[in-house]
Amino acid sequence: MTLLALVGIVITPLVILGLATLLTWVERRLLGVWQNRCGPNRVGPGGVLQAAADGIKILFKEDWTPPFADKGVFVLAPAIGMMTVLLSFAVIPLTFSSSIAAGLNVGLLFVLAMMGLGVYAVVLAGWASNSKFALLGGMRAAAQMISYEVFMGLALMGVVMMTGSFSLRDIVMAQSGLWFVLPQCVGFVVFLLAGIAETHRLPFDLPEGENELGAGFHTEYSGMKFGMFFIAEYAGIVLVSALITTLYLGGWQGPILPAPIWFTLKTTVLIGFFILLRAALPRPRYDQLMALGWKILLPLSLLNIVVTGAVLLLHTAG
Amino acid sequence: MLGNVRTLILTFLHAFQSRVTVQYPEERPYLPPRYRGRIILSRDPDGEERCVACNLCAVACPVDCISLQKTEEQGRWYPEYFRINFSRCIFCGFCEEACPTYAIQLTPDFEMSEYNRQNLVYEKEDLLISGTGKYPDYSFYHVAGVGIPGKERGTSEHERPPVDLHTLLP
Amino acid sequence: MVTFHLDGKACESRPGLNLLQACLEAGANLPYFCWHPELGSVGACRQCAVRQFSSPEDQTGRVVMACMMPVTEGTRISISDPEAAELRESVVEWMMINHPHDCPVCEEGGECHLQDMTVMTGHHTRRYRFTKRTHRNQDLGPFVKHEMNRCIACYRCVRFYRDYAGGKDLAAFGSHDSVYFGRAEDGTLENAFSGNLVEICPTGVFTDKPFSEVYTRKWDMRGAPSVCVHCAVGCNIIVNSRQETVRRVLNRYNGEVNRYMLCDRGRFGYGFVNAPSRIRTPLLRVDGQHVSVSEQDAMAAFARFVGDGKIFGIASSRASLESSFSLRELVGEEQFSTGETQQAQNCMDLARTLLQSHPGHIPTLHNMESADAVLVLGEDVCATAPRLGLALRQSVRQASFHAADEANVPRWLDEAVRTLGTDCPSALYILTPAPTDLDEIALESSRAAPDTIARIGFAVAHLIDPTAPAVPDLSTSDTGLAQRIATLLGTAERPLVISGMQYGSPALMQAAANIAAALARTKPQAGLSLSLPDCNSMGLAMIGGVPLEAVIDKAVAGEISTLVIMENDLARHLDPVSLSELMNAVPNVVVIDHTASSCSERADLVLPAAAFTECVGTLVNQEGRAQRFFPAVVATPPVRPAWRWMTAIAPHCAEQKPRQDLVNWEHEDDIMAAMGRGIPALAGAVNAAPGSSYRFHSGKIRNETSRMSGRTVIRSHVSVRDQPPPPSPETPFRNSMEGTYGPDLPGALIPYFRAPAWNSVQSLTRFQQEIAGPLRGGDGGVRLLRDHSPSQPGITEDVTTVYHYGADIPPPFLPRNGEILLLPETRLFGSEELSMHSPPVVARSSPAVLRLPETDVRPDRIELRIQDVSYLLPVQSMPGLAHGVAVYPAHMTIPAFAFPRLVPLNAIKPDHTDGGAS
Repeated sequence: MTLLALVGIVITPLVILGLATLLTWVERRLLGVWQNRCGPNRVGPGGVLQAAADGIKILFKEDWTPPFADKGVFVLAPAIGMMTVLLSFAVIPLTFSSSIAAGLNVGLLFVLAMMGLGVYAVVLAGWASNSKFALLGGMRAAAQMISYEVFMGLALMGVVMMTGSFSLRDIVMAQSGLWFVLPQCVGFVVFLLAGIAETHRLPFDLPEGENELGAGFHTEYSGMKFGMFFIAEYAGIVLVSALITTLYLGGWQGPILPAPIWFTLKTTVLIGFFILLRAALPRPRYDQLMALGWKILLPLSLLNIVVTGAVLLLHTAG
Repeated sequence: MLGNVRTLILTFLHAFQSRVTVQYPEERPYLPPRYRGRIILSRDPDGEERCVACNLCAVACPVDCISLQKTEEQGRWYPEYFRINFSRCIFCGFCEEACPTYAIQLTPDFEMSEYNRQNLVYEKEDLLISGTGKYPDYSFYHVAGVGIPGKERGTSEHERPPVDLHTLLP
Repeated sequence: MVTFHLDGKACESRPGLNLLQACLEAGANLPYFCWHPELGSVGACRQCAVRQFSSPEDQTGRVVMACMMPVTEGTRISISDPEAAELRESVVEWMMINHPHDCPVCEEGGECHLQDMTVMTGHHTRRYRFTKRTHRNQDLGPFVKHEMNRCIACYRCVRFYRDYAGGKDLAAFGSHDSVYFGRAEDGTLENAFSGNLVEICPTGVFTDKPFSEVYTRKWDMRGAPSVCVHCAVGCNIIVNSRQETVRRVLNRYNGEVNRYMLCDRGRFGYGFVNAPSRIRTPLLRVDGQHVSVSEQDAMAAFARFVGDGKIFGIASSRASLESSFSLRELVGEEQFSTGETQQAQNCMDLARTLLQSHPGHIPTLHNMESADAVLVLGEDVCATAPRLGLALRQSVRQASFHAADEANVPRWLDEAVRTLGTDCPSALYILTPAPTDLDEIALESSRAAPDTIARIGFAVAHLIDPTAPAVPDLSTSDTGLAQRIATLLGTAERPLVISGMQYGSPALMQAAANIAAALARTKPQAGLSLSLPDCNSMGLAMIGGVPLEAVIDKAVAGEISTLVIMENDLARHLDPVSLSELMNAVPNVVVIDHTASSCSERADLVLPAAAFTECVGTLVNQEGRAQRFFPAVVATPPVRPAWRWMTAIAPHCAEQKPRQDLVNWEHEDDIMAAMGRGIPALAGAVNAAPGSSYRFHSGKIRNETSRMSGRTVIRSHVSVRDQPPPPSPETPFRNSMEGTYGPDLPGALIPYFRAPAWNSVQSLTRFQQEIAGPLRGGDGGVRLLRDHSPSQPGITEDVTTVYHYGADIPPPFLPRNGEILLLPETRLFGSEELSMHSPPVVARSSPAVLRLPETDVRPDRIELRIQDVSYLLPVQSMPGLAHGVAVYPAHMTIPAFAFPRLVPLNAIKPDHTDGGAS
């Protein structure tokens, strides 16, 4: 058991990293597909080795630290970003048994905590770069991520209330009858949007904001340090997709097919949806983003808690 | 909100449309004859160089990447050297437009990449082709008034023979 | 001032102008062809049509030729009138009926007045579908290319060539649209000003032949305001260059000096700067052979020679003030020679003294054109100062102008004025030993030996002012001639006396000065002009120094261990014996020059100097005008201006006192400032042109046109990497197409003439304050000699000073048997040193012959003994040469000889076939 756990601990991050790397290629292919193009299709069969080629390339790039940067923090920031995402995967249940710590009784809180720490990566990167664009990107990231974290947690409360547990495994088990996406449809929508904002993906990628901020918080980053931000972002997509699968789409549960396949399938569709969002939607203004969060999503998630609570009370009373 | 959903659907449906990407080099696109690619110097129907070193292409060039020097042989003007720095050329075609003799022409060839930038400097030998290019019949000296070997003065199109100054007729 | 109304707008104009001039001065674009400021109006081309209204009420008016109508108070005209505009367009259209389709292969293209005017009138589509008239071309010699198909029959060429420059061999032939401008048969254009046809012709009939060999369009050339170095007149020129080679020389208008015309020597003599005879690397003599060495080695050798202490410097009358002065600073004032013989230096100093003390007027070339009586005393100005000869040609028209004024005919009405002028007597007297080109327009030309001419001159002065010394024993005929001259000059208002040092005779110049001074007692405008041999002869006279004879004495005495000869071929000044004596007596001879010469061949070290096209320099012309030339080409090291060699060597010999100053010189400005302190007479020369810190509209001036082509490719065969334009810290110019430019540029700094819609040289009108007047930014150059005439404001004159007449009257010259007075024959092509390295000028020069008076000529060849060297010379008789005098072009076969000298003549029998010098 311990040995198995150790193997899991070693393998899981590697698989996640591999997936995230592959995802960079998948995203570009999909964007191509949705824009009547081909996307990268030259390296390896169908272009599948493009990610490897990019990885090699980025490893050979000059790993440059600007002389004006705060060096320690500058190096630390991408590592934090990477670490928080990888740690979150510890509590994701692939199946009932195959997970490192899916049974953790505060699993969901752990995920939220890790996501909260993830803000530091971006903020510190923006700060340590000691450049205007990076700092502005960092500030935006901080404001955006902290705001959306608030009702991300609140949105999840509906799920927790219905399950009565913070353990992700319990949450999946609780959906054996009905996926929470139906009773918690409001929470689902809020969590989806908050998840996009948390991973600062398009259309909510204002911290990067190429056309006004250069590249936002990672303007000064290059080489593998930039690569870590990049990979962390894609790992974040996988994480959020896996979370949504777990929390709202019944996790590994499904008919006929074996459990891991179901989980992977659901997660993949969600990842595809994330990419479709990028292909289709323009970026909102920053004030629109904040207004959406505070004026719509927050009241909605509060309402969701109240209604869920009321319905649950009615049920138990009845 | 619904608009966003509609956008998502429409974008998604693009996945089932045909690709616009041309898989160059396996698949070669059709380039029209007036495509603006590699610049060449053509010859007139008699096989002589068309360029008369008038310098108009050089002055029309917005990036100043054409340079030449006039020389002369029995009334015919030639470029002594004719140099184009393709590492500067923007293929705007102004030189072709300025050329009064159809000598300089842009062709549908664009495959001229080099690893060494110096190799993008083309001299007259590199530019000169053996044919007439897009204008098969035009010969400047058959229209211009100057005399050249093989075409006496006064024998161009729309010209009378030279005036005999010794005649007493009005 | 009069006010006229142009398209409803009131414009100021000067009375006496024609409407075309008035419109152009008002800034309007009115097309024209046949009118030229110097040639006046003939109304031949019908291009300048405007509508003139008789009164404000008049709505109909009539179409008139603007060039033929005077501007008067209240004249109302319209350029934009539709009918006039249509007429102008159709005039161009029918000119273009026969104009060939060959602009791409036309040298005029891009600076063509016809192109400009066609665009200006708006004609663009050929409607005529029938055939074009063609012509055969002629070979007009090495200077001018002929392409008659392009002719639009404006008659400017023959009017310039025949009427203005006095040429005979260019004429209009044929009639109607077959009219032909050319020679009766193929052959070289003989007039000394044929090159101006290139600029006079509004289209490409006459083009610059040497330029065509290295042709490039006007917009592709860098221009540099420069000064001609081929005689002492100091004509202003523009040197055009591309790819760091000089391509051509153009006239640069200076209202005071050369105005619209240049002589052929000035226009085509620049070839020496591109010639193979240029020295491009330092040469050191090793084992009797010249080997090219590196700059460092040359400098080390130079330092070794200079460090020896017993150093002597020889400057040159063709080197700039900067170079001569820096040489003087290097070697010290006592060890500085002018590089002239005692005789030449005496003449130069005398010329300077005479001009300085002349109580009347020192005329500019433009002033000379309005002299109403001229006496040329013993100088063939057509050869020594050709442009001055052309000015004198205009001066004889004064009488016709006065007649025109009386007949109420405007002076610009050329045909009428010339017709009136046929009855007007010339007021030009020419007294020279040999015939000159001006004889044909002279009232009287007389031939005599220089001493006799001087005597007549002294006699004229005595007749005008009895306090001037009288001439004893003057012959009756000479007295009569003197009487006639005195009467003519005495009745003139602006008389002018011209002499020079062509024949090395101080008496001639003294006599001329006496006459001018005598005239100046009653006529403040009485002018004196003395012609000098080289472009900086006057400047060198102002710097001063010891003559060559003194150098030889010192060298023979062993007091010179190193001789620095700068831009001077001593073989042109010293006879071969003296030269060998000097060269053998000096252990180390350093020659700094741009062109290889017999002198540089004998040097131990030769340092390459920049020619006038490659550096900044200041020259003082014969009227004492300091003018600056600017580089058109960037000198490539090790070639550098001669003064840069001096400053480079200065730190190596810093222990010597006079060299202290040199070490601190960085720019040409520094030298001029130091020279102003060291030589007060030259202090004004600093203002010859604005210094390097000058900014036009707060920027450096661009010396390339805004549409210079090929910037990113021109040197890409060497390296595809872009290079910044070469810096030009010495000048207010930037060697680039980026910089400031405009019609208000100072006259000394105009790199090229171009104005919107005016691409040809005719754009000049936009740069002038008034047409044919001074440039808007002021004419270039500054006069260093004081002009005593009251017309110069601001100069208060001490009238009480008594003029001291020269009284050194020579005895009369008497022809002797068996001996003949040998005088130098100065030629337009052949005598001047630098232009003889220019291929077209060499092609124009003819072989040297000894010319004898008509009666004396017997054999084909004659043996001439000069200083124990005998020369076998071909002989030709020269009708009209003074008795007892022979002329021979100096330097062409005989290296140099002191003159005037009596030489024995030994006729060689015709069967003797020995060749050349023996």
